Amino acid sequence: MYDRQVRRRRAILFALVACCLVLITAYFGESSGGPLKSVQTGAMEVLAPIQEGANKALKPLRDLFGWFGDTWDAKDERDALRKERDQLLAEVTKLQGADAENDELRGLLEYSQNASLDAYAPVTAQVYSRSYSTWYSTIEINKGSSDGVRPDQPVINDVGLVGKVKSVSDGNAVVMLLSDADFGVSARALNADQPGIALPITGSRNELLFDLVPQAKKVREGDRIVTAGTITNDLPSPFPPDILIGTVRKVQGEGELERQIHVKPAADLRSLDFVRVLTKPAADSLASTTP
Amino acid sequence: MTTTWNAGAVARLFALGLAGGILQLTTVSQITVLGVPADLAPLLAASVGLLLGSVPGACFGFGLGLLMDTALAQTLGITSLVLLTAGYGAGRLRELRDPAHALVPVAVGAAATAVVMLGFTVMQFLLGVDAPVSVLLVRQIVLTIVLNTLLALPVYLVCRRVLAPLLPDDPRRRRRRAYTTGGLSPLSRA
Repeated sequence: MYDRQVRRRRAILFALVACCLVLITAYFGESSGGPLKSVQTGAMEVLAPIQEGANKALKPLRDLFGWFGDTWDAKDERDALRKERDQLLAEVTKLQGADAENDELRGLLEYSQNASLDAYAPVTAQVYSRSYSTWYSTIEINKGSSDGVRPDQPVINDVGLVGKVKSVSDGNAVVMLLSDADFGVSARALNADQPGIALPITGSRNELLFDLVPQAKKVREGDRIVTAGTITNDLPSPFPPDILIGTVRKVQGEGELERQIHVKPAADLRSLDFVRVLTKPAADSLASTTP
Repeated sequence: MTTTWNAGAVARLFALGLAGGILQLTTVSQITVLGVPADLAPLLAASVGLLLGSVPGACFGFGLGLLMDTALAQTLGITSLVLLTAGYGAGRLRELRDPAHALVPVAVGAAATAVVMLGFTVMQFLLGVDAPVSVLLVRQIVLTIVLNTLLALPVYLVCRRVLAPLLPDDPRRRRRRAYTTGGLSPLSRA
């Protein structure tokens, strides 16, 4: 009787492990439209309404914990903001002289930004689920292929780049965030005018690396990093140019080879509620003036 | 002593897994302490293993992993493999040692989280993810283990409450009943 139980237990364990290994192998071996991925997409369709409902129902609980966290951080933030306010007051005096000119330029810039965003046919979507592991940094949104969303399309929020669409089903999509281990985007430092690649730092959800920069010493703290867009028509980029990725937080290392440029993403990837998918990201690829 | 398996028992486990998985995806993953969220999945798998045994623990871990991988569009099978290991291990501990100390779920929860986090990391490296083993990565793993250790006991108690109808007699209850019914041991009644 005991031997039978042991044999049964081992058989079940062996079957489950074998099942896992078969799933991993088959998933890796198949193309993006393979049967396992289709089943996964179908299951996501079924789970999506449940997750969306639970997300709405549990929002007060999240907000409660968020309130505790915000209160905890508030003191440090206040001190930092006071210091920043003093610096800004000094700068305001200098900037008043150029105020009129600045207004005119800002108006032009806003106009061009709005116009180019409209050209990319943005689709606004609500986030209803977020991944949590170190290796997969993704969110799920309630817009899918029926709304014109396709894989690899860029995703932004009101301040900058958030990520790109990873997979799509009929009514929802998975978005790979900037902090995902598989993410990478060609970028450039605005002030230093240096090209490079913005990459995630594994284990850090709130920091990116600006790598492969030809003259990294020119990049300084506070420089803004934006998407480079399509540089050559042979290799079109899925990202339009000049979308803000983040700001250089610190530059580590002395030599050109060991210099590491850390970037703080403009978008707060930990609290995304609404995002916009640019469903026509190549709208201006021919007109791009990216250097 | 053994659990009777019927549709109701399986439905109870299914509901626990689905509710736990959705709570993790929609809420727990958004609440970070020192930049790291807790992970209920290893705690649930370990609790089920500790309460019901190795085979239910392994099956529950496999199913919960499949749910997580599906919902997050991850590579199918990886989370299942590490969670079934955690569930099976916790179940074997119960079957071989039958520990009665109140803090056993805490230790088992911490160990299960460590196994799952390290197992997941090793699997990712084996599958070719190009990332260095950085201090940040180690910090994230350690902090998740610490957070989960704090959550292990509440999660275990919730699981025990949900699975109460499926549980065999608790050893402590057995002991109490022996004292109150008059005999110190079965031998004294002979």
